[in-house]
Amino acid sequence: MCIVTVMSIGLTLLGLLEPGPRHGYDLKRAYDEHFGQDHPLHYGQVYATLSRLLKNGLVELEAVEPGAGPDRKRYAITDAGVTDLDGWLGRPEQPEPYLSSTLYTKVVLALLSGRPAAEILDTQRTAHLALMRTLTRRKAAGDLADQLVCDHALFHLEADLRWLELTTARLDALAQEVVR
Amino acid sequence: MTATPLLVGRDLHRTFGATPALAGASIAVRPAEIVAVMGPSGSGKSTLLHCLAGILRPDAGQVRYGEVDLSAAADATRSALRRTEFGFVFQFGQLVPELTCVENVALPLRLAGTRRRPAERTAREWLERLEAAEVAGKRPGEVSGGQGQRVAVARALVTEPRVVFADEPTGALDSYHGEQVMRLLTEAARRTGASVVLVTHEPRVAAYADREVIVRDGRTRDVELVG
Repeated sequence: MCIVTVMSIGLTLLGLLEPGPRHGYDLKRAYDEHFGQDHPLHYGQVYATLSRLLKNGLVELEAVEPGAGPDRKRYAITDAGVTDLDGWLGRPEQPEPYLSSTLYTKVVLALLSGRPAAEILDTQRTAHLALMRTLTRRKAAGDLADQLVCDHALFHLEADLRWLELTTARLDALAQEVVR
Repeated sequence: MTATPLLVGRDLHRTFGATPALAGASIAVRPAEIVAVMGPSGSGKSTLLHCLAGILRPDAGQVRYGEVDLSAAADATRSALRRTEFGFVFQFGQLVPELTCVENVALPLRLAGTRRRPAERTAREWLERLEAAEVAGKRPGEVSGGQGQRVAVARALVTEPRVVFADEPTGALDSYHGEQVMRLLTEAARRTGASVVLVTHEPRVAAYADREVIVRDGRTRDVELVG
């Protein structure tokens, strides 16, 4: 489950920098703790993103500390970075239209080819419920942050299951429309 | 899972007037297993629960609880089993409005002959486990829906039954309180080793179970009856 898309990693790092300057290593740790339980960031991603933010004037180097290895750089958010972050947080995410579904395609193809469409829906239901059980168990063992992440997934899976139920109930009618 | 089933319903049929509610439903529930019975409204899932619990007698088919043929047993035997071996949670708690919550929870123990003081002591312990200690002295009309359902769960578990039957236990609650009831119900059942037959049409509620059985038009599919 990846809760931060690639596009928003830069903005997420800006958000983590806003309370105060940090090293790349600290940023990765903070990111992984809050958002990366299933998909921790690679160091390469952190430094590539930071150099892009630096080039665009959204962060600046606050300090360069010499160490045993490469110099340790401390990054700070700039005013332009705060403006970008502010704009992003205030803008609603585009609601996903969910208008193209592989499952719908499979159901129609099954009806067209005379295969048992109800079985496709049943198999999918079993897979969805199995994942929901896994997430529910994880929720029981997790902290509040983990519970909320799992709930987000559970509500979406539940929506899919409601669709599966409704489609199962309307299979005969759909078959009449599709197979003409 | 290989344990011998504790409760088995085999090829159950039940008609109400001209309406068939069950038309060949089968289910097996193993000790300490939580099974969700799912299906759309009117699919027969509540009728299945009532047959399994010995509340209804099936027209055809058999219900076995351990060595007892529940579908053929005398009313007195079935009543005794319901009192001593089974616990029940319904959509609306069905608490006795004149009694306080702790008296409601203690009721099954009192009916089984336990004296008031020890029965209420045990009832209070169960209210604490169900995070409802604060309502012990209140009457059901004075508590919220979520609190009432937690009291109902405490009442269902107070005798430490071997099977808990829960029929849409969160049906009248919002998501947050419904999840809380499910978490507490399943935790408590796992602690006491009770099996749970959980009827629900909500996938998020069913996800608290170990597996699901789907009922559609009074029938179940692909149910293994032998452990």
